Amino acid sequence: MAAFTVARSGGRFLRGLFVFKGLGTGRYGPAVSAVRSVTQQQMRSFCVGHLSVQERIEKKRRAALVGGGQKRIDAQHQRGKLTARERIELLLDPDSFVEYDMFVEHRCSDFGMEADHNKYPGDSVVTGQGRINGRLVYVFSQDFTVFGGSLSGAHAQKICKIMDQAMLVGAPVIGLNDSGGARIQEGVESLAGYADIFLRNVTASGVIPQISLIMGPCAGGAVYSPALTDFTFMVKDTSYLFITGPDVVKSVTNEDVTQEELGGAKTHTAVSGVAHRAFENDIDALLNLREFFNFLPLSNQDAAPVTECHDPSDRLVPGLDTVVPLESTKAYDMLDIIHGIVDEREFFEIMPNYAKNIVVGFARMNGRTVGIVGNQPKVASGCLDINSSVKGARFVRFCDAFNIPIITFVDVPGFLPGTAQEYGGIIRHGAKLLFAFAEATVPKITIITRKAYGGAYDVMSSKHLRGDVNYAWPSAEVAVMGAKGAVQIIFRGKENQAEAEAEYVEKFANPFPAAVRGFVDDIIQPSATRKRICRDLEVLASKKQTNPWKKHANIPL
Amino acid sequence: MASFTVSRALQRVLFGLQRVSFKSRCHVNTTVSQYSTVYDSSEKTFDKILIANRGEIACRVMKTCKKMGIKTVAVHSDVDSSAVHVKMADEAICVGPAPSNKSYLNMDAIMKAIRQTRAQAVHPGYGFLSENKEFARRLAAEGVTFIGPDTHAIQAMGDKIESKLIAKKAKVNTIPGFDGVVKDAEEAVRIAGEIGYPVMIKASAGGGGKGMRIAWNDEETREGFRFSSQEAASSFGDDRLLIEKFIDNPRHIEIQVLADKHGNALWLNERECSIQRRNQKVVEEAPSTFLDPETRRAMGEQAVSLAKAVQYSSAGTVEFLVDSRKNFYFLEMNTRLQVEHPITECITGLDLVQEMIRVASGYTLRHKQADIPINGWAVESRVYAEDPYKSFGLPSIGRLSQYQEPVNLPQVRVDSGIQEGSDISIYYDPMISKLVTFGSTRAEALQRMVEALDSYVIRGVTHNIPLLREVITHPRFISGDISTKFLQEVYPEGFKGHQLSDSERRELLATAASVFVAAQIRSQRFLGNLRVSGSQQERRRWELSVELEKGVHAVTVSHSGSTYTVDLDGMRVDVSSEWNLASALLPVTINGTQRTVQCLSRNAAGEIELQYFGTSYKVRVLSKLAAVLSKHMPEKVPEDTSSILRSPMPGSVVAVSVRPGDTVAEGQEICVIEAMKMQNSMTASKTGKVKSVHCKSGDTVGEGDLLVELE
Repeated sequence: MAAFTVARSGGRFLRGLFVFKGLGTGRYGPAVSAVRSVTQQQMRSFCVGHLSVQERIEKKRRAALVGGGQKRIDAQHQRGKLTARERIELLLDPDSFVEYDMFVEHRCSDFGMEADHNKYPGDSVVTGQGRINGRLVYVFSQDFTVFGGSLSGAHAQKICKIMDQAMLVGAPVIGLNDSGGARIQEGVESLAGYADIFLRNVTASGVIPQISLIMGPCAGGAVYSPALTDFTFMVKDTSYLFITGPDVVKSVTNEDVTQEELGGAKTHTAVSGVAHRAFENDIDALLNLREFFNFLPLSNQDAAPVTECHDPSDRLVPGLDTVVPLESTKAYDMLDIIHGIVDEREFFEIMPNYAKNIVVGFARMNGRTVGIVGNQPKVASGCLDINSSVKGARFVRFCDAFNIPIITFVDVPGFLPGTAQEYGGIIRHGAKLLFAFAEATVPKITIITRKAYGGAYDVMSSKHLRGDVNYAWPSAEVAVMGAKGAVQIIFRGKENQAEAEAEYVEKFANPFPAAVRGFVDDIIQPSATRKRICRDLEVLASKKQTNPWKKHANIPL
Repeated sequence: MASFTVSRALQRVLFGLQRVSFKSRCHVNTTVSQYSTVYDSSEKTFDKILIANRGEIACRVMKTCKKMGIKTVAVHSDVDSSAVHVKMADEAICVGPAPSNKSYLNMDAIMKAIRQTRAQAVHPGYGFLSENKEFARRLAAEGVTFIGPDTHAIQAMGDKIESKLIAKKAKVNTIPGFDGVVKDAEEAVRIAGEIGYPVMIKASAGGGGKGMRIAWNDEETREGFRFSSQEAASSFGDDRLLIEKFIDNPRHIEIQVLADKHGNALWLNERECSIQRRNQKVVEEAPSTFLDPETRRAMGEQAVSLAKAVQYSSAGTVEFLVDSRKNFYFLEMNTRLQVEHPITECITGLDLVQEMIRVASGYTLRHKQADIPINGWAVESRVYAEDPYKSFGLPSIGRLSQYQEPVNLPQVRVDSGIQEGSDISIYYDPMISKLVTFGSTRAEALQRMVEALDSYVIRGVTHNIPLLREVITHPRFISGDISTKFLQEVYPEGFKGHQLSDSERRELLATAASVFVAAQIRSQRFLGNLRVSGSQQERRRWELSVELEKGVHAVTVSHSGSTYTVDLDGMRVDVSSEWNLASALLPVTINGTQRTVQCLSRNAAGEIELQYFGTSYKVRVLSKLAAVLSKHMPEKVPEDTSSILRSPMPGSVVAVSVRPGDTVAEGQEICVIEAMKMQNSMTASKTGKVKSVHCKSGDTVGEGDLLVELE
């Protein structure tokens, strides 16, 4: 009964609003019959002979809850996938989901689609809003059991509705994608639906965080909605993203390729960079998404969240004093530094398997969300190349759009040389990272741990790009290039190269040249880095900086 | 030693009295049973000492030097340039690259460092050059004092064959065996036949269990001969082997001796070192539960007479095997400071390093035999970076991402040479530290050891704390019923970690569920955020499912304040804590009992790894809903490993005995990996054809690296 009263009172301002309690018909059943016993008597007096409205409501609701029916639900489970509703229930706080448009049905009348058995209340998507750890989020979850989750005009309309609402109130949208593609029976109606969603993805971009979790197929034009959102996550082995499937590929290019190879989680997280992270299974993915959501502000009007923190902000990290090897050619793991500095060693890495020469992800400092960017000396010496520049740039822009301070750890020997890079356009791709750091107005803190060579030094959130606080560790070397190369140019053809090299090292392979010019604000002991950053973030919390008015900037795409 | 002849009841009183008198005389100001460095400024020793070692022992020596006002010089390899012993020293000299034969064993470089720093004396620690007579000779030639016995004693005792002959002459009990060098495998088989199986084949120049094999039949003798000679050659550059009767089920008990250059020698009681794996010590204690005062004195007196027979000076150790009837046999004499010397320091109050320095500069011993007490009980656990689940400990490497020694606990001494951020590399001994606890009784010392092990935070490398904690809490160990075969006998199937009792399992599951709920509650606490639903009440009751080793339990958790009441299989468990989720240590009170649990990891998917009773357990905590739905999740098939041979540890490949296309039988040797100077034979897990070989002799391999693939 409680569920029903809430629904009624809620209905005053939101038509069709329904509090979804429990899972499936099993739990809903008794509630329905209880309702019916009261209402049937009242209704019967003036609705004799017909199915009362109340009964029809209940019937539709029950139908909506089972989607494409038990058989298809079982099939979905057999594929190792959960149903659209099960996913929502796992994602959101218990009893917090408020469903919209349960009664919406598709409007197609061709190919026998108008038949009653082809109509499913709610059609092939479940939409609504709810809470993750008490914070508002809008959700749509495509229902593969109804026409394979295909996108009809009604399906698109439902998604658009919650996106519009999310924009009005300023709350993130999470899409759980599991759809075979367009509803072919509907033709252009379906295509129009996609476009309506794309438009909303674009207008919402930078206003509210948008997250896509691919939990089944997502093919054809449909892929562009996740591609437009801020983050795309995938489920290993059960999700695919591609423009054209293996059959079409075979007929056009005669390539033999499996779904997994073409567009599986591994491909997109390691090769194409389309997806930001993959998880083991549906449950793992949804639980991780909850964790991830806690890092994000609700909208661009909200500050980055601050959670209760047990890790002392003035904690010294003695291990950092020895993390950078004495030989400047030797690699180390930037993650050791990041884990040591952030709260509770918790780091939600974004794209951990793609362009591994740069590390990006979210963490907290004294409870406050921060975005972390770091060169990874362990992979390709931490150089910047096309993929790492683009990976870094996109992450920096997200942080800037959503008021998340950026902490940058620099150990970069420069941009990767070679024809592959030049032909691939490292100039314009590298410019993206430069652009992103330069335009960012959120608090920016930079720590040069070792090398900061050449143009890459400028790019990596340097003082010159409005870095708020720039530190150098004693092991920092800020220079145009490494000693050997520099000496070969300055003293070309001269003898005593070794001596010249030693002189160059003495002059430049230390933090002083940058420090005397004020390009770094201080040379700090590595073990005190956490303490310093936490203190700076507190100061910078009230930072206000705006770029000149423009329609939008023109980042070199 | 009058005290040893009096009755047990009287002993205690006497010990108590001795302690008082000893303390007052030596101005001991540290807590009971800690060693004390009594620095007498009128006693001039050296101005500067070079420590030709690394790690904990270098740090240990430097500590005493500092107390004695002596300047210290560290030597180090290039990878050790930011090591603790380097930072601790007043001066540091790099003596070469990482491999120890190019740095810590590089006599030329070390001699140069001595000249450069004008160190007057060298303390060699243990291992490396500590028992190298050539090094001692070269030091003497340059007028630098070697802090240890003179070359004659090192030579006499360093050679197992010679030392046995000397021991016999000095009327020390020795083991029956062949007193000579064994030429080849066939001679080994013949001699073994004469002595009677089982026999022990060991390197004449050996020590520390390296180059040592036990054989029970002719076949094993041949194989043992081959391995031992290879290991002996690579470890000591000397492949001479000898064979002796292997005493089955013995205890390993050793006597610490201390002698000066004036013919005085003392025995500083025994150390029980029976808990060993692969002939390397794991847990040591002093005194031994097994020795009675008569045996102790007999062993001590024989040890002293051996020391005197070789004009021994400095600290040394005479190792004995003791059989169940308390017959003891001389095993070998170590002419150096032993790894496990701290437990002797704890029960006697002496600073052995200081005594070594004094003796080396010519002073006579300050103590008489009657001054040497047994004050309480001390236990030492060797904490190693190794995986105890593989043959009781295969080396592991890594960076100590988090490291916290339990030194804030009372009566705990930790000798280590590493700190948070240090690397445990393949180049050196994988020891992390020596954890020593002491108390007025053995039970007290052991209880402190339990607490210390539970509070020891080591992250980033696999360590042997699970094994250590199991050993010291095992009923057989507690009753003192131990031998060198303890581990094989107690864990015939290999070490499997702590076995949970029903109530322990409940406590563990309840703790995991509580950690989960505490984390969930915290993740809903946003500071200063007005957009969090105000209508939401903090949940008071949680229905969860907790999974451990395939066993799934339905659990409800309710909480008031910081106490969580967990209802598990109809039993109620109360868990309370401050729930500091950032701290490495999680002190909890479970049903009124205090325990220290460590939360090793925790992730969004509900996987919580807890260190509980020393062993780490992976528990999965899910909401009831997620648990119900998880039955639909696909099973991920793990890689079939029977046709793949991976390196079980980091090390270097010594030999590869197969080529692609070869057919191998199950159990056939495929390759040999050397790690920390131990050779390990890798065998085929099934019969098949070799598909590919991914390593060659001389390669360095990491743990889990693919070596050979079968078809």
